[in-house]
Amino acid sequence: MAQIRIENLHKSFGDFTAVQSSTFSIEDGEFFMLLGPSGCGKTTTLRMMAGLELPTSGRIYIDGEEVGMKPASQRDIAFVFQMFALYPHLNVRRNIAYPLVSQGMSRATVRQKVAEVAAILGIEHILDLPVGGLSGGDRQRVALGRAIVRQPKAFLMDEPLGALDAEFRERMAQELRALHDRMGATTVYVTHDQLEAMQMGDRIAVMNHGVVEQIGAPQVLYDWPATMFVAGFIGSPPMNFLPGNAELAAGTDHIRIDGHAFRIPRTEESAHGALAVGVRPEHLHFTDDAGLRARVVATEYLGTTQIVALTTPLGDLKARVSSRVDIRVGEAVGVQLDERTLTVFDVASGRALVSAANRGVL
Amino acid sequence: MAQVVLDGVSKRFGSTVALDALSLTIPDGAFVVLLGPTGAGKTTTLRLIAGLDQPDAGAVLMDGRLMGQAAPAQRNVAMVFQQYSLYPHLTVEQNLAFPLRSPLSRLTSEQIDRRVREVAEMLQIAHKLGNKATALSGGEMQRVSIGRALVRNPSIYLMDEPLSSLDAKLRADLRLELKAIHAGSGATLLYVTHDQTEAMTMATHIGVLENGRVTQFGSPRDVYENPVSLSAARRLGQPRINVLPADLFGPAPPNARWLGLRPEQIRLGQGQDATVVRVERLGDQTRLHLVFRNHDIVTVTDAHTALVGGEVIRIEPDRPFYFDASDTRLI
Repeated sequence: MAQIRIENLHKSFGDFTAVQSSTFSIEDGEFFMLLGPSGCGKTTTLRMMAGLELPTSGRIYIDGEEVGMKPASQRDIAFVFQMFALYPHLNVRRNIAYPLVSQGMSRATVRQKVAEVAAILGIEHILDLPVGGLSGGDRQRVALGRAIVRQPKAFLMDEPLGALDAEFRERMAQELRALHDRMGATTVYVTHDQLEAMQMGDRIAVMNHGVVEQIGAPQVLYDWPATMFVAGFIGSPPMNFLPGNAELAAGTDHIRIDGHAFRIPRTEESAHGALAVGVRPEHLHFTDDAGLRARVVATEYLGTTQIVALTTPLGDLKARVSSRVDIRVGEAVGVQLDERTLTVFDVASGRALVSAANRGVL
Repeated sequence: MAQVVLDGVSKRFGSTVALDALSLTIPDGAFVVLLGPTGAGKTTTLRLIAGLDQPDAGAVLMDGRLMGQAAPAQRNVAMVFQQYSLYPHLTVEQNLAFPLRSPLSRLTSEQIDRRVREVAEMLQIAHKLGNKATALSGGEMQRVSIGRALVRNPSIYLMDEPLSSLDAKLRADLRLELKAIHAGSGATLLYVTHDQTEAMTMATHIGVLENGRVTQFGSPRDVYENPVSLSAARRLGQPRINVLPADLFGPAPPNARWLGLRPEQIRLGQGQDATVVRVERLGDQTRLHLVFRNHDIVTVTDAHTALVGGEVIRIEPDRPFYFDASDTRLI
């Protein structure tokens, strides 16, 4: 298994910059997510690691060896695509065995390795079936089996669950993560689905317009986003922003937005102009005496919790509260922000200002 | 708008029973979401109401009138499908106006223009009216196909997974829009989906379909908090309800076969020891994957819990559900 290191990696297609000068490391045994909207450069980054695209400039190291210009076949990695292509004329066993047979491995060894992989994936009972009649889940397991059987240094996965329906996707996501926990193989996984990234990843790199905006553990990105893009892309509903013109001196612990004062974590830098206070939906609380008044425009029942859509003088907000709270459309409420959780952003650059709360992360 | 009734409707395709004497009343002005696994009969139900298929037995009534063999055009229904089918050579405006220009509708050009503009504004595509349909993003195209249904004033809107091909952000936006459109117009809507979030957030009533029958019909809160069967309980809730042997935690009521525990029915910190296998941090909440006497249990705790894999935590059922051997809810 392997560490993967990316240094100043850059990729252009003609005038279009797909990936701008990224540098980061994926540790041995890590489940690492590349997350972002379509066109953000995540798949291009993965394909460069795989050797399916060559970088315009920069270096890629797998276990310390520079492989940036090497073809895919010399990198000892396994690539799993969204659309798993199985050989339709071969049965399950021979599909899984194929990469070993083509390496010229002995029949006894192949048989043993296929049996091991089948046991890991729980597909021993279908080994002798043709792949044609299999369910979507079993086809996916066979495709994984074919990737695992070679025991490559790393697995690279490009939205492998993207084509599955929601219920099934949830189950396969759990299976994939459990498989990773058993095998401990370095895995790089591309997705546009933030929930999938949060659920499965040890760390997430959030990409936008070819740039890695932030790398960190799921909870860290959620709590302390480095940019407004990360704050908005992670979380459902996303982080709320209360924008306005404000003056902020270093060392202060409150901010005034359009006449409304909020306590915030002590800032470590000064800023002025267009700023925004970012607050997650579950950190809005309803209290009668809060200065910020709001009207309830919609509620969305979600079982354990409900989402309450509000209009306020500072813009529209969404709050997440327990379903036990009785709240009605049209009602007027006071809204309090949990001061310990707030992040202030510079709107022009989208960057989070460093505060006592997030300085360990940014 | 109209009340729509399905009365003992059956439909077979070859040897497959799609609908099995299904009865369902869609109240006038309701937003009914049919929820069920693949093959439960959701889409067949829509197609029978639309007149695209005919039932083998039973009747479809709209405002008390028997539909019989009436063709789709005679039923005054508007359908939206998962795959938007716009006229590629027409502009957004022409696509939206198309249903109104049918000889059946008898509207003046001014009336049509006004209606198209209203709907375009409601769906936030007014600035795209002059664009060719092919020059739109996927989300915009789906708005136009929803808009093409909304320009009409049908007895019922029938929607078959209209949001499932859109990305998460757009789905969330359109969920709120559809709900607001329904609230503002008093339209009757029948909506088919796999997605429980759509069902929970938009529906006035959820119909749970299982094997061609409606097993439960009620408000989202009612179906979530008071499921009549194991299958109904499994349709809603994220993470999914834990289904365990009835006596796993201690004595069970007579005839109980299964114990059903949603996360809020598991009290943490008291009761019996369970092992934490994995801690999954989702931001606003953290999911705990537990093993209790060789059974997997998933529950939810504070986002910032200090628990890590390998630790032991006490758990205890809190007002759980019990189901009998036929999956019917007992308590």
